[in-house]
Amino acid sequence: MTNSSGSAYQNEPSQPKVLDPSLDITIIEGKHYRIDQSFTWLVYSFAALTVLVLFWMSWVIYNQAHPAIAKFGLGFLWSQDWDVPNQLFGALPYIYGTLVSSAIAILLAIPVGLAVSLVTSEDFLPEWVRSTLAFVVELIAAIPSVIIGLWGIFVFIPFIEPFQKWLAANLNWIPLFNSIEPSGLNMLTAGIILAIMILPTLAAISREVLLVIPKELRSASMALGGTRWETIFRVLLPAGFSGIVGATMLALGRALGETMAVTMVIGNSSIISTSLLEPAYSIPALLANEFAEAESGLHVGSLTYLALILFALTLAVNIAAVLLVQVVGSKKK
Amino acid sequence: MKKNEFLAPDLLASLPFKRLLFNNGMTAIAFIFTGLALLPLLSVLWEIIVRGISGLKPEMFVKSVIDNGFANAIVGTFTMVAIAALLSIPIGVVTGIFLAEFSQGTKIANFVRFITTILTGVPSIVVGVFAYSVIVLLTKSFSAIAGGFALAVIMLPVVILTTEEALKLIPVSQRLASAALGGTRFQTTFRIVVAAAIPGITTGILLAIARAAGETAPLLFTALFSLDWSQDLFSPTASLSVLIFNLYNDPSPEKNQLIWTACIVLLALVLFTSIVSRLFINNKRKNRVS
Repeated sequence: MTNSSGSAYQNEPSQPKVLDPSLDITIIEGKHYRIDQSFTWLVYSFAALTVLVLFWMSWVIYNQAHPAIAKFGLGFLWSQDWDVPNQLFGALPYIYGTLVSSAIAILLAIPVGLAVSLVTSEDFLPEWVRSTLAFVVELIAAIPSVIIGLWGIFVFIPFIEPFQKWLAANLNWIPLFNSIEPSGLNMLTAGIILAIMILPTLAAISREVLLVIPKELRSASMALGGTRWETIFRVLLPAGFSGIVGATMLALGRALGETMAVTMVIGNSSIISTSLLEPAYSIPALLANEFAEAESGLHVGSLTYLALILFALTLAVNIAAVLLVQVVGSKKK
Repeated sequence: MKKNEFLAPDLLASLPFKRLLFNNGMTAIAFIFTGLALLPLLSVLWEIIVRGISGLKPEMFVKSVIDNGFANAIVGTFTMVAIAALLSIPIGVVTGIFLAEFSQGTKIANFVRFITTILTGVPSIVVGVFAYSVIVLLTKSFSAIAGGFALAVIMLPVVILTTEEALKLIPVSQRLASAALGGTRFQTTFRIVVAAAIPGITTGILLAIARAAGETAPLLFTALFSLDWSQDLFSPTASLSVLIFNLYNDPSPEKNQLIWTACIVLLALVLFTSIVSRLFINNKRKNRVS
């Protein structure tokens, strides 16, 4: 190439020679080349490091839990003892508390979260009001959970206690509300507080899912004579169903792992009760209360085993959620 | 023609009562629920300000917890967040560069992004157990280092995902221009792309810092707590969030006042950072669309 261009220039000697034939524009040595190579290596190794963190975490937690896994095996999952002096440990009350409080939270957060996402994605209100509303609801996620817990104890419980007392007095023939003198520190309160905390996740992701649904679907339904809510129920919600399920599962993942607020309001009692008005316990709450003072050996091992169960649970829920949301995302493209 | 005349009153009639009720009823329910969703936030802000503001005295910012102040907790929070930032920002930003610049749309990038997203969902208390097993058992002491490490793991995915978002906003033509002028990949990435995306990356980092500053669970058994100033980075360290958790049951009125005031400081710190960075990110997104 350099030769032919060189000869081209020779035909017109008046032109100055602009291209030096010895110039090579693809660098394969020198300072910049080495910087570029090491930069590429750095980028790849840091990306690998990020991936490693998750696997490292799983491995470390599994290793820590190993004494307890070896001792109790899977029986740990349905044993109810938690007797530190006698070295007897069982996870059932904590798994039960975690699952039930999260279930209450999800049941409460779905209708409210969907309402928020519909109000902020449909044209009920002018655009700036909608985006401000969505922004303000998202701010709830930024409040540290220990502050929500404090608010739960000093503000929310005094507010909800009379209502819970009324439930216990008048509806105690339903096993769910069977309790003598509920104190406010119980499963139901924990569920409601959790619902508040996962609401922003559910609302924000559902909103994004709803915003992605093509305008034509709305117009078509409206043109056929559907009212706004008929359109929402028969067209929008079915179209966004998988995304909304994904959002719900992400929120569930948050609820399962939420620690501080639950620890402060759930009452911390490791007795399994069918009543929602009785105190309960959850895995994160137990870890928060006992881990710092745990004796090394079987106690720490059992606590880590619980952490491993929680980790596996949230991992499963989160992976399912991310996959669901990704499916929706890829449809958009 | 005649048919249309007969049809017109039907089309123009208002909805049958049942459908009208359903439509308006659902609208009302949706608005009531939305109002309900806003109540906790307003109540939290209101209660904290009302209960905490009277205790907000300048000496609290110099005294340690043992003397009814929270200076050591503020310093502890800042120290641990700083350690976390030091660890997570370089790794996070570079991994973000990997996702946005090096492997757009490849399987490896999707895998790394998937793992990162999963990492955001790991419960913070589990991260605490991890940091305990890695650092506390190794150094045989609860420490600011262990707390900072736990917070770094929590910050990392946030930094990565926001960095990727920020880098994606830079037009491809700028990269091509730099490459056409003979810029190497390193030069293009750092002098052009990252330089242009620095505001976006910074707000992402602020968001991660706001999240880390409010975390309690991973600090409970990594940094533990200390009523007084801690000697060095390898000894138990106080933080604002653990201060609130440890003392919320304390019957003495001074301590009760102290935690509400600590709440104001913590909430102001977290909300301010988070609002500023969210507003910035939202504006950026809008600019990209238009």
